[in-house]
Amino acid sequence: MPADTDVPLIVEMRGITIRFPGVLALDNVDFSLRPGEIHSLMGENGAGKSTLIKALTGVYAIDSGSIMVSGEHQSFVTTADAQAAGISTVYQEINLCPNLSVGENVMLGHEKRGRFGIDWKSTFEEAEHHMASLGLDVDSRSILESHSIAIQQLIAISRAMVLDAKVLILDEPTSSLDRGEVEQLFGVIRSLRDRGVAILFVSHFLEQVYEISDRITVLRNGQLVGEHLVEELPRDALVAEMIGRELDDLTAISASAGREVDRTGTPVLRAAGLGKRGMLESADVSVYDGEVVGLAGLLGSGRTELVRLLYGADRPDTGEIDVAGVRQRVQSPRHAMARGMAFSSENRRAEGVVSDLTVAENMILGIQAQRGWLRRVRKSEQDAVVGEYMEALGVRPADPTMPAGNLSGGNQQKVLLARWLATAPELLILDEPTRGIDVGAKADIQRKVAELSAQGLSVIFISSELEEVLRIAQRVVVMRDRRSIGELESSKVNLDHLIDYIAHKEGSVLQ
Amino acid sequence: MTAVETEKAPRNAVFAGIDTFVNRHASVLPTVAAAVILSVLLVGANIRFDGRFLTPGNISALLLNNAFLMVLAVGMTFVIVTAGIDLSVGSVMGFTGILGASMLSGGVPAIVVIPTMLVAGALIGLLIGVLVQYFNVQPFIASLAGLFLGRGLAYVVSLNSIRVEDPVVLWLQTTRFRLGDWYITPTGIIALVVVAIGALVMQYTRFGRTVYAVGGSESSAELMGLKVARTKVMVYVISGLCGGLAGLLLTAFSGAGYPRYGIGTELDVIATVVIGGTLLAGGRGYVLGSMIGVFVFATITTIISFMGAEQSWTHIIVGGLLLLFIVVQRAIVARTSRTG
Ligand SMILES: Nc1ncnc2c1ncn2[C@@H]1O[C@H](COP(=O)(O)OP(=O)(O)OP(=O)(O)O)[C@@H](O)[C@H]1O
Ligand SMILES: [Mg+2]
Repeated sequence: MPADTDVPLIVEMRGITIRFPGVLALDNVDFSLRPGEIHSLMGENGAGKSTLIKALTGVYAIDSGSIMVSGEHQSFVTTADAQAAGISTVYQEINLCPNLSVGENVMLGHEKRGRFGIDWKSTFEEAEHHMASLGLDVDSRSILESHSIAIQQLIAISRAMVLDAKVLILDEPTSSLDRGEVEQLFGVIRSLRDRGVAILFVSHFLEQVYEISDRITVLRNGQLVGEHLVEELPRDALVAEMIGRELDDLTAISASAGREVDRTGTPVLRAAGLGKRGMLESADVSVYDGEVVGLAGLLGSGRTELVRLLYGADRPDTGEIDVAGVRQRVQSPRHAMARGMAFSSENRRAEGVVSDLTVAENMILGIQAQRGWLRRVRKSEQDAVVGEYMEALGVRPADPTMPAGNLSGGNQQKVLLARWLATAPELLILDEPTRGIDVGAKADIQRKVAELSAQGLSVIFISSELEEVLRIAQRVVVMRDRRSIGELESSKVNLDHLIDYIAHKEGSVLQ
Repeated sequence: MTAVETEKAPRNAVFAGIDTFVNRHASVLPTVAAAVILSVLLVGANIRFDGRFLTPGNISALLLNNAFLMVLAVGMTFVIVTAGIDLSVGSVMGFTGILGASMLSGGVPAIVVIPTMLVAGALIGLLIGVLVQYFNVQPFIASLAGLFLGRGLAYVVSLNSIRVEDPVVLWLQTTRFRLGDWYITPTGIIALVVVAIGALVMQYTRFGRTVYAVGGSESSAELMGLKVARTKVMVYVISGLCGGLAGLLLTAFSGAGYPRYGIGTELDVIATVVIGGTLLAGGRGYVLGSMIGVFVFATITTIISFMGAEQSWTHIIVGGLLLLFIVVQRAIVARTSRTG
């Protein structure tokens, strides 16, 4: 039910310009939203999508331009003003309070009040009601930080449902979600649209954009490229508008999955029966020289838990780990690093990029930690490493002296990845490395991983995007209910098999 | 099929129960630990002193002697939960105390003097809050400025001690409501009422919850549309107001104002708040915990005077406890925060 053009606009942004020191983030951009439409905002990492959203919701002041909401001129000074005008927003980085309960995070600022202040019972009940509408069943009194990123993302979305909004903005809401949750979310979004809510959706998953959108606006380098009805914009045209050229095909990468790996020697890493109470029941995994092993499974199936145990971020209660054939007790991440492992975490905000350091400093951090803090990395060496990865991963803006906190979400992710690639480990563990990364850069990252593994790097690759796993991993370990349930050769299965296997269908797998 | 389960397939119901409890209530554990330590101290002292310690008179005196500390601890809890710090409270107490004493000795009636003391404290708090919020000064620095300002003003009012003879103010201290051998003074009642109000505000008002949210993640609180700026200024005003009230209680307690009162008290207050389970990094803590912290502090002081030892031991022991607590808190935080 795409909205027709006659209905009055609910949001009308004209000539929006926002300048940050050294960057023109938005350059005279027009954008409008109609009631009852789902409108996707598309563009590469750093194109200005999040900035446009923050301009609309009062986080950033605009340098020029005008904003009309429901026919009235508005200049929101705080997000509270935007909320009062009926705009509810889920920002790209999860913005919740880790110290408070789940239910309170959903309801903060909208708590139910009785005669004696906040009525916690009905506040939690309402929180549970909003979470249930997204199919989220968690203890609303548990502390937020005890939950995974994916659950936190769903909680952040539940929060946006509390406000009876006219405009709902979702900046990459699905980056950590798996298919089931995305479907559930889309169901909710569609029913809101049918009630006349205008929805602004941002995602780097083209399938999702095509599945849900009525209309698409494309930004490139802070400029408006075009606004289209979704039927009138084929995929390759969209990608071409986003990146300003045709996308190279991905066949070069998919050769990676078919590459023969010699599994006769000792594995670089082998874990058997690894478990920890409350985290992981039992998992087996092994990785050989030059092999990419994918971990596939639903949310909460134990993928992240497994790699945290491998890397010593948590200590296992049971099971054994052999590194290069030698029994080890990996006690801490430092220990793991000393044995040639590197781990790029899924939690980029808490464990990742240091916002106040420059892009170059962030990239060097891994090498520096590896060498010990007393031995400086020579300047020429730094420049070479930074130059190589800025180029290979296409970090934008290509300015290594920029504070990393000023980069767009996707570009921060690239910096983080560069940090670990630069340490030249023997085994690299990547947890959701392409989350929030645009189509072009995703291909760059996959290509880089394939290239390094062909040269002998071993990789454990976690991704909720199963196509990606099948494309670059030679072997896939499937996890379910906090245990590893089997292994598949990627060259012998297709996507549907993998999905069926993950989702429990008995007898669905060939092996 | 899409319902997301986070329950971690525990081996049995007992573990499940413990997990749920820890997931929900991890932040009260340090406070519970403080209560345990308090009980151990009280019972231990009672055994050591052959039952002469846990007497109604002695316990009643704990509250009487430390009412001002308790009021300061309530204000400090608000500040520390936002991840701030207020070093000015001791000198604000000293300043408002001497200000009140000098006004009273000049014949101004208590009905005017008492509100003036409270407002003076709140104004210094407001100044600190504005510096922190609108001029982006570190709380440590801004409140250090408040500390010097308060002490300087105290010396401006008077360099010497001023006796207080006002019946209203003295009544606060000398009146004893008795129940058997137990007694409580109006100052003690005021302290308990402040604790109760503080605890209720923190738990049951949007302002109180915003205090926690700011301490958890200020930028998130901002994006959630909470009134962050107002809240951050308000906590310093509350702390200043508590400083003014503590000035009144101390003046009543000692029967005089003295410009050197409260030197170093800010550190005692911070120690009691931390011992009571409030995280210096912000986001976690309870007013009731701070009350327990004050009682721990008070009990140690009393034990030492019972033993006839040098009072500097109080600070050595409190210092040790503080270290212990900071370690315990770190462990608890590490236990609860992990991404799954
Ligand atoms: N606070 C800031 N200070 C300086 N520069 C900024 C700031 N925020 C964003 N930028 C810059 O503005 C540009 C647009 O960033 P924005 O976050 O809007 O990109 P985006 O389209 O959301 O990208 P992504 O897909 O990676 O999330 C980028 O070049 C970024 O580096
Ligand atoms: Mg963005």
